[in-house]
Amino acid sequence: MKHTIRRHSFRSAALGTLAAGALALSACGADEADTGDDAEAGGDNGELTEVSLQLQWLPQGQFAGYFAAAEQGFFEEEGLEVEIIESGGDIVPQDALANGEVDYAIAWVPKVLETMEATEADLVNIAQVFQRSGTLQVAWADSDIEGVEDFEGRSIGSWGFGNEWEIFAAMAEYDLDSTTVDIITQDFNMNAFLEGDIDAAQAMTYNEYAQLLQATDPDTGELYTEDDFTVIEYEETGGAMLQDAIWADGERLADDADYEETTVAFLRAVTRGWAWAAENPEEAAEITINAGSGWEYDHELWMVNETNALIWPAEDGFATIDEAAWDDTVAAALEAVNEQDDSPITEEPSDDAWTNEYIEQALADLEDEDLDLTGENWEPIEVSFENEAD
Amino acid sequence: MSAAPTTVKLKDRSGARRAWLGGAAGLLALLVLWEVYKFLGPSDGVMVFDTRILPRTSDLAMPHTWDMVTRMFEGETGAPNADPLWVAVVTAAAFSLGIAAAGWVVGVVVGFGLALIMLRWRLAEWGLLPWIVLSQTVPIIAFAPVVRNWGIQLDPPFFEWRDWMSVALIASWLAFFPIAVGVLKGLQSPETSHTELMRTYAVGWWTMLLRLRLPAAVPFLLAAMRLAAANAVIGAVVAEVSTGLRGGIGRLLIQWAGQASNDPAKAWGPVFGAVALGLVAAGSVALLGLTLRTYRRQEESS
Repeated sequence: MKHTIRRHSFRSAALGTLAAGALALSACGADEADTGDDAEAGGDNGELTEVSLQLQWLPQGQFAGYFAAAEQGFFEEEGLEVEIIESGGDIVPQDALANGEVDYAIAWVPKVLETMEATEADLVNIAQVFQRSGTLQVAWADSDIEGVEDFEGRSIGSWGFGNEWEIFAAMAEYDLDSTTVDIITQDFNMNAFLEGDIDAAQAMTYNEYAQLLQATDPDTGELYTEDDFTVIEYEETGGAMLQDAIWADGERLADDADYEETTVAFLRAVTRGWAWAAENPEEAAEITINAGSGWEYDHELWMVNETNALIWPAEDGFATIDEAAWDDTVAAALEAVNEQDDSPITEEPSDDAWTNEYIEQALADLEDEDLDLTGENWEPIEVSFENEAD
Repeated sequence: MSAAPTTVKLKDRSGARRAWLGGAAGLLALLVLWEVYKFLGPSDGVMVFDTRILPRTSDLAMPHTWDMVTRMFEGETGAPNADPLWVAVVTAAAFSLGIAAAGWVVGVVVGFGLALIMLRWRLAEWGLLPWIVLSQTVPIIAFAPVVRNWGIQLDPPFFEWRDWMSVALIASWLAFFPIAVGVLKGLQSPETSHTELMRTYAVGWWTMLLRLRLPAAVPFLLAAMRLAAANAVIGAVVAEVSTGLRGGIGRLLIQWAGQASNDPAKAWGPVFGAVALGLVAAGSVALLGLTLRTYRRQEESS
């Protein structure tokens, strides 16, 4: 299986020497297959159709299904050569998609709605991979924060860049005054919370919450346990919004039959990838590490397992958009008001912003295969960090 | 006869030794300062009006120096086949250095070209210089995704645009500035009496450039190239963080910062890598300066 991700890194290290300069720029071109071209290329003559998928962050278990689909050859079996493009500090997936840099992008629903209202970009949610929100707000168990209702006047952590809207939507749900909270921007780890700068920190079930459970309590020398924290789940409190979805270019869906066809093939492979990750979390974690994720195996496995819990079960079938959940997300986004009195969106998005057409087609095509497409038999595995304590 | 050069050589060598000793002493002082502050400093850091001006002294915020050093020799991950951390850091630093070097070369060429244009036409200097200064106020975080987008959209002929080239372009963006400004100043540095003497010989613009202005510009050029090297390294690392380019120090910085709650010492690895990167870049330019030694009198005296 050909790896689709960044094949040129090690080469560029060698190229980038002083003398290389301009000569190298022209020399290294033509020998490798194109990477960023349109999905139309190739097709019938046995060649693979090139497709690019923009992730939201560095490779990690959150995206295990896509890496599994690549590694297990599901994309190739659909006639696709998928380049999975990782993101960095300033790459916004929906912008990359709207700019035509990529064919598909993974992004949270409220963030894309915000972009679409601000820029009139024509993007369509074609697969709601995460059926539920994985966002938590974590406080110390011995603090007086028991729930969202205690947020007023506290320092609340968030990563910003649209990750904060669930906090404000939940506060709106409780009629709280968001201007009283002190929003503290979290960086890539939980140190600000562990050191006491933040009263309640944002954490994803699949990543930062595990970071807390992997951190050592300096008072005891042991790892923290779930009993040390008060965990507020937005899925329970209200304010939760839909997260990882696959977005496509609306214009191309409307008038490019090849792109539509590619979209269904792509979704078939993605469905098989996530179904495989549900059944093989250990292998999926290893594939993700091999795809460039820098996490320890234990953490990666936790991530895959918790991500699976956001995807499965999916009552209407994998990644099918539940209209009620979509409407809840829109309502929450309309209600959310941040500490500066802004909202992500001010009016309802168009009905064209989502469609089940392609995922339903993909699921129908896969019906005869031996796949649990609703995840009704899926069970989480047990992951613990106990053996990690130094 | 042979006595004079020998003494110079001796003086040089003892100077170099003193520089190394000074560097080592500085490093040692830094380590001691770190540990002393960690030991004596308030556990919550030093606050001035709600702003923390000195960090907390916890193991999370300030791991012990020896922990950071031993961490470099432990595996990158717990996997049995993992390379030691320092291997990952050195590999990444070499990758970033390559990109920074490519950006530096482009920056030097472009900067030099701009300086020549501004020297030749006064009007160009008035027209260009403000824009050159302005160019440096564009924040990289806004600029990086745009450059990446150009790279994808441009689809240049003859070669394929790679993501690392976008990063190199951003590095060159920061590198060309000191070259353009410094070289222009250098080219304009000959005294009026010298240029007038050249004119009395009736030499043309190009000859004056070659015989008078370029040699006079060398000390300025070397200083500018050192600045450009530092800028190129910063530009490359920041653009790597920004675009998430895999393989370099910037990527390790964000990736391992995410692991800092569980493995605080690891997050410092790429920081040391970045420091080493800067030193190597500056050292390389210094070596380059040796080849132009004959022209460096003014720099020594000024």
